[in-house]
Amino acid sequence: MSILVYTESENGTFKKAAFEVASYAKAVADQMGTSVTAVAVNVNDTSELGKYGVDKVLNVSNDGLAKFNAKSYASVLSQAAKQEGSKVVVLSQSADSKYLAPLLSVSLDAGYASNVVAAPTSTSPFTVKRTAFTNKAFNFTTIDTDIKIVGVSNNSFGLVENSASASSEDFSPEITSSGVTVESVDKVTDKVTIADAEIVVSAGRGLKGPENWGMVEELADVLGAATACSKPVSDLGWRPHSEHVGQTGKPVASNLYIAIGISGAIQHLAGINASKVKVVINTDPEAPFFKAADYGVVGDAFEVVPQLIEKLKAFKAANA
Amino acid sequence: MKILVCISHVPDTTSKINFTDGDTKFDTNGVQFVINPNDEFGLTRAMWFKEKQGASVDVVNVGGPETEPTLRKALAIGADTAIRVNAEAKDGYQVAKELAKVVKDGGYDLVIAGRESIDYNGAMVPGMLAEMVDANFVTNCISLEVDGTNAKAVREIDGGKESVSTTLPLVIGGQKGLVEESDLRIPNMRGIMMARKKPLNVVEPNGASTETGTVKFEKPAPKGEVTLVAPDNLDELVNLLHNEAKVI
Ligand SMILES: Cc1cc2nc3c(=O)[nH]c(=O)nc-3n(C[C@H](O)[C@H](O)[C@H](O)COP(=O)(O)OP(=O)(O)OC[C@H]3O[C@@H](n4cnc5c(N)ncnc54)[C@H](O)[C@@H]3O)c2cc1C
Ligand SMILES: Nc1ncnc2c1ncn2[C@@H]1O[C@H](COP(=O)(O)O)[C@@H](O)[C@H]1O
Repeated sequence: MSILVYTESENGTFKKAAFEVASYAKAVADQMGTSVTAVAVNVNDTSELGKYGVDKVLNVSNDGLAKFNAKSYASVLSQAAKQEGSKVVVLSQSADSKYLAPLLSVSLDAGYASNVVAAPTSTSPFTVKRTAFTNKAFNFTTIDTDIKIVGVSNNSFGLVENSASASSEDFSPEITSSGVTVESVDKVTDKVTIADAEIVVSAGRGLKGPENWGMVEELADVLGAATACSKPVSDLGWRPHSEHVGQTGKPVASNLYIAIGISGAIQHLAGINASKVKVVINTDPEAPFFKAADYGVVGDAFEVVPQLIEKLKAFKAANA
Repeated sequence: MKILVCISHVPDTTSKINFTDGDTKFDTNGVQFVINPNDEFGLTRAMWFKEKQGASVDVVNVGGPETEPTLRKALAIGADTAIRVNAEAKDGYQVAKELAKVVKDGGYDLVIAGRESIDYNGAMVPGMLAEMVDANFVTNCISLEVDGTNAKAVREIDGGKESVSTTLPLVIGGQKGLVEESDLRIPNMRGIMMARKKPLNVVEPNGASTETGTVKFEKPAPKGEVTLVAPDNLDELVNLLHNEAKVI
């Protein structure tokens, strides 16, 4: 009966999103009067999960799962849900979890709600709040099947600490073969990704050319932030496509989003509106971004950004 | 190779989003509908397979008669046949179930869908469909090559990309990268004329049920005024971000 939560990891350690989905699962478990069981794949030390409300960890340790594979991972979760008799499965909205969720949904005959941003508003009927129309609206959705899958948007629920401790047991599911083989992974490991970042520094066509991105990267460095860009910037080849954010690019749901030389077109805003605090730096006081932002500086990025970097460095030194 | 491109019919990206019927229905009044951008990249890649590898390309939508102009546009871009499953699209599961029947009946080798639709943002249909028809599945697909029954694809992952090999039958969830923006085709006069004569077959649904339901929609709370900070007073910005917003 327990709530099952998939706690994602990378190189043997949990991602931050794992603690957020665990916190979410705990909230659902409290609402439904049950406990939380986590599935962890190839994680060295799972004890930290207790802090976020997990009662029991199913530890899967298998070389066949060394690389993420949607089909095989969905099958592991499906077997875990069956073993535990779970009626609710919680997962994150990372690229990997979004990949496996629809597969899991079919194999468990479970209805799935993606982009969920709050704890269920009711557990009978099971109702969740999700974003739709690329953050232009919320949709209260019921999941009507016996088993339910909830995909929780990153940074939407936050971390909630509990003073519990988690027991741990080995879980050895059958590993299903997959018709999709991962040949190679090309991943920047020394940079924060847009999906995981708490702060995103983004720049647009106002920066005039790719040679001016040094200050954007430096600002991101100081803040421990990921870098992003508007669509024309990636279309022009100034920055890689993977940095393109917005309605047709990557979604951003960071705590802080800093937009430099970005006008704030509706398609851009739609994709970044889920960020909690928005700062805009733009020479044009009429730029639409000022209507969407919390803080704004009307000024030239080439003057403002280098100064801001200095101020932030000083702030960090003072608060270190 | 028989290719099916799944087309979702969505409000243009500039649309103002409003609701009617006590906030339970999307208000289509004055809204311009387009091919879902992710599907347009997929359709354009399908055209490449048609021209370079002799593939046939059909397009499909699950929806009411109002989606036919969107399907005609896909025909004008170059698809051979359009299929409309005559049912209101209610949730990802129901749509996937209806599409599964089309895929089985038509014996398609490759199904190109979008990573997600920009209206419901479900990111559900392609994966569910793949599982229902027992096909391989790659989503967030930014590159696809097919050679016989073998396929190579690149998938965007958080912080990078991943190259995979797989085999047909295959379903992909595509996005920008499959083709570039500059490769997208605006239908020309000849394409539009030809599209009028191409078949648009309306098939009856098999009456798939739903797994989820909409209770109501809600718009985000209106935003407060922006706090402006003078460019020569950036200490104040740092202070606000630290003490007021508490994000640094
Ligand atoms: C179907 C569709 C989908 C789209 N999807 C997306 C999407 O996902 N993401 C996206 O970003 N866009 C998207 N767009 C494009 C969008 O409509 C805008 O064209 C785009 O966001 C504008 O990018 P920008 O703000 O960088 O450039 P611009 O609109 O050119 O704005 C540049 C800004 O920089 C300011 N500026 C100039 N010089 C300086 C300076 N020295 N210092 C500070 N500021 C300066 C200017 O005042 C201006 O506001 C989409 C468009 C369509 C039609
Ligand atoms: N009603 C529909 N008819 C045909 N294809 C659809 C429909 N809805 C979704 N799709 C396909 O599934 C993809 C993902 O949609 P979604 O799961 O709704 O985010 C879309 O990009 C389309 O390719």
